Amino acid sequence: MDLLRLATAGSVDDGKSTLIGRLLYDSKSVFTDQLEAVEATSRARGDEYTNLALLTDGLRAEREQGITIDVAYRYFATPRRTFIIADTPGHVQYTRNMVTGASTADLAVVLVDARKGLLEQSRRHAFLVSLLRVPHLVVAVNKMDLVGHSESVFEQIRAEFTGFAARLSLPDITFIPISALHGDNVVARSEAMPWYDGPSLLHHLENVYIASDRNMVDVRFPVQYVIRPQSSAYPDYRGYAGQVAGGVLKVGDEVVVLPSGFTSAVAGIDGPDGPVEEAFSPMSVTVRLEDDLDISRGDMLARPANRPMTTQDVDAMVCWMDAATTLAPGQKLSLLHTTRSVRAQVKAVPYRLDVTTGHRDETATSLSLNEIGRVRLRTTAPLFVDPYARNRTTGGFVLIDETSLATVGAGMITAAD
Amino acid sequence: MTPLDRAAGLGDYTLPQTAALEAESLFIIREVAAQMRRPALLFSGGKDSVVMLHLAVKAFWPAPVPFPVLHIDTGHNFTEVLAFRDETVEQLGLQLIVASVPEALERGLVAEESGGSRNRIQTPVLLDAVEKYGFDALFGGGRRDEEKARAKERVFSFRDEFGQWDPKNQRPELWGLYNGRVHPGESIRVFPLSNWTELDIWSYIAADEVDVPGLYFAHERDVFERDGMLMAVTEHSMPGPDHEVVRERVRYRTIGDATLTAAVRSAAATAHEVVAEVAASRVTERGATRGDDRFSEAAMEDRKREGYF
Repeated sequence: MDLLRLATAGSVDDGKSTLIGRLLYDSKSVFTDQLEAVEATSRARGDEYTNLALLTDGLRAEREQGITIDVAYRYFATPRRTFIIADTPGHVQYTRNMVTGASTADLAVVLVDARKGLLEQSRRHAFLVSLLRVPHLVVAVNKMDLVGHSESVFEQIRAEFTGFAARLSLPDITFIPISALHGDNVVARSEAMPWYDGPSLLHHLENVYIASDRNMVDVRFPVQYVIRPQSSAYPDYRGYAGQVAGGVLKVGDEVVVLPSGFTSAVAGIDGPDGPVEEAFSPMSVTVRLEDDLDISRGDMLARPANRPMTTQDVDAMVCWMDAATTLAPGQKLSLLHTTRSVRAQVKAVPYRLDVTTGHRDETATSLSLNEIGRVRLRTTAPLFVDPYARNRTTGGFVLIDETSLATVGAGMITAAD
Repeated sequence: MTPLDRAAGLGDYTLPQTAALEAESLFIIREVAAQMRRPALLFSGGKDSVVMLHLAVKAFWPAPVPFPVLHIDTGHNFTEVLAFRDETVEQLGLQLIVASVPEALERGLVAEESGGSRNRIQTPVLLDAVEKYGFDALFGGGRRDEEKARAKERVFSFRDEFGQWDPKNQRPELWGLYNGRVHPGESIRVFPLSNWTELDIWSYIAADEVDVPGLYFAHERDVFERDGMLMAVTEHSMPGPDHEVVRERVRYRTIGDATLTAAVRSAAATAHEVVAEVAASRVTERGATRGDDRFSEAAMEDRKREGYF
């Protein structure tokens, strides 16, 4: 059984919490004590029926205000797959939360209200899914019961979305007409929409093929921690621990160490249960080399004929995530990229992006909370990077404020030179 | 079974979910050792902390675990679990630090609460230990599937100089990039098992043959019913005059404060049988067995704000 990470975007009005509640409930992932608590709260609030949305409201403020503030993680399993849902709020003031939830997702579910069609919000969600390079997108057209289960309404939304998405990087889009409230096409196919011959949402989630989404071509191994026991049992053991970020690393492979440029060969790979012959993403392993080289945290192993770009000049799309500060030229920040931490200075903000229309505002000179734009950075030490579109691990970074030490921005490398 | 053997069943380079979760946890544990100055691992002998310690041993093999383990001892322990704690620590050659609630009561750091629960007064004892030893990171075995507030907590959960969690002011956590930077006095609570469920924990215990205290498996025990929960007859939980004591075959789904933690009727005597039982269970482990979470809908959120695990 494998693991699928999905992100959901939408607001309370779209019925997103109801949909997640429905998925959990109909897949029998809701426990009786949780359901009793929700039923009691529903009664106390005077709801007409058991409000499944309450299953996902976590914090006191969220329950009191009936909104989702932060990313919440949910877990459910079917006999075919286990799922981690990053449940993110849909409103524009929570763009950073959606970016966070989408960063690790294999698949995103964007909800569209069948009565309202494509809203500004739907376009923004699709844009963020594209920006974060989530490999699979499901557009769940919800509240089909309120439009008489109309095929033409569904087809119109599908056509409009497809036209809009042509300008984005969305390689796999699936449209599913649903009613989260009644469970139509969520777990089982609905009899109310005989014209729809596609899978139910859960069936799609269980069967979508994700194994080829990872980069299995470019060997990238960021060194996380050096293991040197210096014990009598292992006097000469020297291993480089880390999580494979791309490609398949095999015993005997020739590797180059960055930044030093020295080459060696893989003498052995120790996995969590003992030696293995090869390692691939996302395995955490310890690599031993034939030669005794000076290697430390933040270095990277790659293949001599297939190296990441080594650069101190980074071009990236950055989402600013801090309310207290803005990103502007001249600013100095800490930058965390794989296991490497460097200082960086903002050189330029060539444009700010309107995440709804895709319009580039080239007059902009800074980014505020939840804004996304193109940013040019110069780092104090070289980074070993790939374009984010090619590898989400070696192409992504976060920015840290040097005074507050908070995480204030997230970047996706577009190009490096 | 190696990850590759596990993967072989699935064909091309796919990690099964427990191997993927294990890989993520190993990365998190190593990240703490690399970034933080003085971490410690909270170890109670409960199954989650046992799995977490098991992963820490794997993360640094063949080197020793590079941080001590810390136990917040409420004084309300199951004897078997304390013995298990000591054996494990001894076997692995770890440094064990015990922060004792009874000792804190004696020196007046905390006062016993009405009802006798020591759940809440653990927090000042924990924070006192953090300050005394200068820990800037504490590993906890919390899982997001356990409880609503935990579902919204980061893997690297920032705490201010009072140890408090502010759910509205959490650091964004993207990809596998964890920000462990803190000012002096501030700290990070780290939850390497964030994405594991109870079933994942048991599947892993069964597959990896991880030793856990015997209380987790079905055994005969004198119990009585209190507030709909099965309490064991121990020095910490004595039946009242209205309670009928019966002998039942039970096991523990969670192990916490012995005055509050209830047993469940069960015939599951091995890890594999527990996996089957958990998979079929319709009640959450906390709902079934933890008096401490029943106080209010926001009990966990409130305790976390105060600096609880």
